[in-house]
Amino acid sequence: MLRLASTFVSSRAVAEEVVQDTWLAVVRGIERFEGRSSLRTWLLTILVNRARSAGTREARSVPIADAGPAVDRSRFDSTGHWSSPPEHWVEDAENRLGAAALATLIRGALTDMPERQRAVITLHDVDGLRSDEVCEILSLTPANQRVLLHRGRSHLRQALESALGENG
Amino acid sequence: MLLSRDIVCKQAVELASDYLEGALSRRERRRFERHLAGCPHCTEYLRQMRETIRLTGRLVPEDLSPQAQAEFSELYRRWRAELPADET
Repeated sequence: MLRLASTFVSSRAVAEEVVQDTWLAVVRGIERFEGRSSLRTWLLTILVNRARSAGTREARSVPIADAGPAVDRSRFDSTGHWSSPPEHWVEDAENRLGAAALATLIRGALTDMPERQRAVITLHDVDGLRSDEVCEILSLTPANQRVLLHRGRSHLRQALESALGENG
Repeated sequence: MLLSRDIVCKQAVELASDYLEGALSRRERRRFERHLAGCPHCTEYLRQMRETIRLTGRLVPEDLSPQAQAEFSELYRRWRAELPADET
């Protein structure tokens, strides 16, 4: 919850306030919970709404275009084939950097990405929620959810390649 | 000139995440797989996507500060105390 809240607000202290605020809202609203969604989905939806309004208060939250190619266009030739193909790093990522450094790297890349991408990646790939749950929590259409997932994963892959590739 | 049913690398990388999600149509999936069969670079790209997702999935929630933990414990204790007996 704290991690998801941090997606929308800049400071740890505000994120903790949002989480606490969410629990209070849950405690007050538990009678209204009708069981149409899972308790977890309902809880996280409240959290996102609270975090978004806190983020707006902080005047940090800005709408962000999530467009852009998965891989920089300069890495393809004029026919659309790789001119600078992916470097090899999958086999030895953990040996070379270690689990802790990899986690730090991924956290850093998550921080850099647009808010909606970060929220989708956090819920889907970190917390392991299903796509329909992510859509419900973040009020996204399935198509938008897939685009944000795709952009976010592409960003993370590039960050790993930059750190682990031979030219990294 | 490429046949319209073929995709090139620049297009294939845009499909990788949807492919892993099982979100491509049958036709798109066949095109994508046919491209992979002849393209070691895009095959490597897909492996990297899988590894990226695996490594991302290993992030663990950061621990709450001790103060926040104490506050939540207190909040939870009060909530339990306020629940009518028949709901516990």
